[in-house]
Amino acid sequence: MTALVTDAVSWAFLASGSFLVVVGALGLIRMPDFYTRLHAAGITDTLGADLILMGLMVQAGFSLVTVKLLLIGAFLFFTSPTSTHAIANAALTAGLNPRIADGAGAGTDSAAPEGDGK
Amino acid sequence: MSIAAVIDISLLVFLGLTAFAILKLRALFAVVMLSSVFSLVSAALLVHLDAVDVAFTEAAVGAGISTVLMLATLALTSRREKAPTRSQALPLIVVFLTGLALVYGTLDMPRFGDPQAPIQVHVAPKYIADTQSEIGIPNIVTAVLASYRGFDTLGEVTVIFTAGIGVLLLLAGFIREPEGLRVQTMDHHLVLRVVTKMLIGPIMLFALYVQFHGDFGPGGGFQAGLIFASAFIIYALVFGLENARKAVPGRAVRLLVACGVLLYGGVGFVSFLFGKNYLNYSVLGVDQVAGQHLGILLVEFGVGLTVAAVMVSTFYAFAGQNQPISDEDW
Amino acid sequence: MFAVTMAALLAAMILALGRLYLGPTLYDRVLSANSFGTKTVLLIGVMGFLTGRPDFLDISLLYALLNFIGTIAVLKFFRYRTLGDGVNPDGDGP
Repeated sequence: MTALVTDAVSWAFLASGSFLVVVGALGLIRMPDFYTRLHAAGITDTLGADLILMGLMVQAGFSLVTVKLLLIGAFLFFTSPTSTHAIANAALTAGLNPRIADGAGAGTDSAAPEGDGK
Repeated sequence: MSIAAVIDISLLVFLGLTAFAILKLRALFAVVMLSSVFSLVSAALLVHLDAVDVAFTEAAVGAGISTVLMLATLALTSRREKAPTRSQALPLIVVFLTGLALVYGTLDMPRFGDPQAPIQVHVAPKYIADTQSEIGIPNIVTAVLASYRGFDTLGEVTVIFTAGIGVLLLLAGFIREPEGLRVQTMDHHLVLRVVTKMLIGPIMLFALYVQFHGDFGPGGGFQAGLIFASAFIIYALVFGLENARKAVPGRAVRLLVACGVLLYGGVGFVSFLFGKNYLNYSVLGVDQVAGQHLGILLVEFGVGLTVAAVMVSTFYAFAGQNQPISDEDW
Repeated sequence: MFAVTMAALLAAMILALGRLYLGPTLYDRVLSANSFGTKTVLLIGVMGFLTGRPDFLDISLLYALLNFIGTIAVLKFFRYRTLGDGVNPDGDGP
């Protein structure tokens, strides 16, 4: 009975995590410009990753494996948003403008840092 | 088709696609990013093929250091690959024929995982049978690497040592330290500074874990050295090269490069003095197993020391090449 | 179920690889390489459970700790413009 509950809980975590990971990756390839892709990849990767890790933790029970999974989750929880923050910050300082509804300021290679002297 | 085969094949396809993309793209930064992906996929593939120690090394190299060093190299060269000026027909034919010869060669190889393959029946059974009684550590890979094949590993460490010296010599004309050399600190990146500060401790702790856990699981000196060097490199990236040099001066790092090899060679020499063969650790302790434990610990530490020091000093040498740029310029 | 998660991760990886190839800006590439790294962490973790030996999480842990070093290195070198074909804003470049 407990095994069934454990499996159900972990499968729920794994399924929702997998769903979010796939959605995030779809957003990464389908979104129109860099900042929207950032949104898809950054946010969904954090939640999707942590959900999958949680699903694995439920499977592993109380053991060293769970501790390692917890550590992985904690480190991902800090490093992943930090990298996305740093990328967004760097892109904005380098002059890559978000794409506005009328299509002005679309991100292209010309906005790479060498084009911008400040 | 089993799930394992599906995973193997899809990862192999990923590797092929990545390699093709690397060939195709001429923007070298994209190539750097793709090669980091290549290393990620190969690590996953090696884990799946049960070569966990190799995967660990691949991960330790590919996770940070190789990207950083490739970028540092790019800083000294050009951002775009030049388009070829001559016809590529002849190189293509040569590569094609070589590939054909290699594929033909694989026909004679035993099947993957064949228990009757020559490599499985030569010395491997002896290592598997005797490691527990002779060396007494659970990870046979470490026993083979550090004890049975201690000479080979000494050779590898010497190769790393020599390569490090070579890089330092090549860049020697440019090493000016410590004044006049500065890579900007990332003062305005508060988030980055705080998170990095938080992570440096765990990274170093993890490096120590990998160093001393090598007897029991995947890991050892090579991997630990790389992780340790990563901690210093991330510190130098975020807080500035000058500060990193203050924490660990370049001179000290270069000294440590030699110390590691010396420690490895010295352990072998001590076993000499006890009247045994070179790198026979059995004499170091009260009994054979204790001696082997101590010997493996010492040589792994020597390996870690040299690898970490070579990586850090290579990074110092490369990063020191960047022209100082003042705050107003970006 | 692990197999489903595995398939999802592999699909996500190939999409990230596509974005990495397409670009168009450097930042898209850094972003997708970073996200590819996160997915590899998960892939190695799930792979351990799938094969019934979840003991090799050290590699995932290593990636979780170190994956952002490469990202920061790229951004740093770009931010400070030390990679621009040897051209230095100070005018005294190499």
